[in-house]
Amino acid sequence: MTLGLYMAQRISALIMAPLVLLHIGVMIYAIQGGLSAAEILGRTKGSILWFAVYGTFVAAVSVHGAIGLRTVLSEWMGLRGGTLNAAAWAIFALLLVLGMLAVHGVTAR
Amino acid sequence: MANETHMSVSVWRGDAVGSFQPFEVKVEDNQTVLDVVAWIQQYADPTLSYRYACRVGMCGSCAMMVNGTPRWTCRTHVKKVLVDGHMQIAPLRNLPVIKDLATDMDPFFDKWVAAEGVHHPTLTRNDPIEALDPAAEARVESAAGIECINCSVCYAACDTVANNPDFLGPAALQRAWSVYNDSKNADKQAVLDAVSGVGGCHNCHSQGSCAVHCPNALNPMNAIAGLKRETARNFFKRRS
Ligand code: HEM
Ligand code: SF4
Ligand code: SF4
Ligand code: FES
Repeated sequence: MTLGLYMAQRISALIMAPLVLLHIGVMIYAIQGGLSAAEILGRTKGSILWFAVYGTFVAAVSVHGAIGLRTVLSEWMGLRGGTLNAAAWAIFALLLVLGMLAVHGVTAR
Repeated sequence: MANETHMSVSVWRGDAVGSFQPFEVKVEDNQTVLDVVAWIQQYADPTLSYRYACRVGMCGSCAMMVNGTPRWTCRTHVKKVLVDGHMQIAPLRNLPVIKDLATDMDPFFDKWVAAEGVHHPTLTRNDPIEALDPAAEARVESAAGIECINCSVCYAACDTVANNPDFLGPAALQRAWSVYNDSKNADKQAVLDAVSGVGGCHNCHSQGSCAVHCPNALNPMNAIAGLKRETARNFFKRRS
């Protein structure tokens, strides 16, 4: 873990913290009076705002989770150097692709 | 057989491979773990290897694992650590074992140098001696770590060292923090750069085993938090 990775992980955590609160807040608001897929999709479909919110969330989680798991892989499984970085990039790409597919699914018209 | 008058002591014999050898040692009124090791070497088995020098908690050479906990053996009373008349003594964790209870401390000291825990003078020998203000904020930070006796107890206690051989470890990073805050240190950036790499201060998980086990009640975790703060602050400064 270098200073660069440390900063990327802490900044992505700082970005996630308010988004987590927003996410929980909206969930509590949205389930008042029942929860339906149509209601949620009605809010998110075609919304640039929700695309930006969840897109940022996904990007931050991908950075944060990849660096976090990189530490775990290094300390618990002994991965080092190129193997370790390749694994971290793969996790980053996987989280980003899966996350963006989900964001696309709920926000695309 | 452990009883009122004798304790049973298991002592590590060998290097990386080896086994524990049992010894019977008489219980005395005032007795340190180091006394027990010395007694075994003098009266039971002269081939036992171990290391000590000052016997008063100054030199930092006598640290061993006692019942799995890193301790300075010269100032650890047997009564404090005996469990049902038994104790186990092993070489310090996280360091290569040379023989029996003696570890190779080179990796520990090499990391002090790698962490740039060295003096970068601001003056020459021809200049007058600079006065220090003991109450100055940076001096207080610097002084917090200077009673370190290089015993490697914190290094043995640190799980991050155990899982990441590159990690510079608590003692070396604490020294870097002392040097960083020293007003007589001319190269702050060299210290920050040295602790920002692959094995640097950012690997520490702040669990605090170092602070719990340091026999001098120092707090390397705190020093490392200071290094993290200063490197983070500097990260933006250098970019803008
Ligand atoms: C607002 C939410 C979050 C905050 C504030 C946060 C904060 C942090 C911090 C400070 C660390 C470093 C711990 C250390 O070095 O000892 C960390 C590690 C980690 N985080 Fe997060 N995190 C958050 C969400 C997440 C999420 C959503 C994931 C899953 C993708 C995640 C996965 C990890 C992993 C795997 C580690 C590595 C464990 C370690 O280094 O000790 N975190 N997190
Ligand atoms: S606080 Fe940091 S340096 Fe101290 S034992 Fe834990 S990981 Fe090691
Ligand atoms: S910080 Fe404490 S435990 Fe670590 S080497 Fe120094 S005196 Fe020993
Ligand atoms: S023998 Fe010097 S500190 Fe224990």
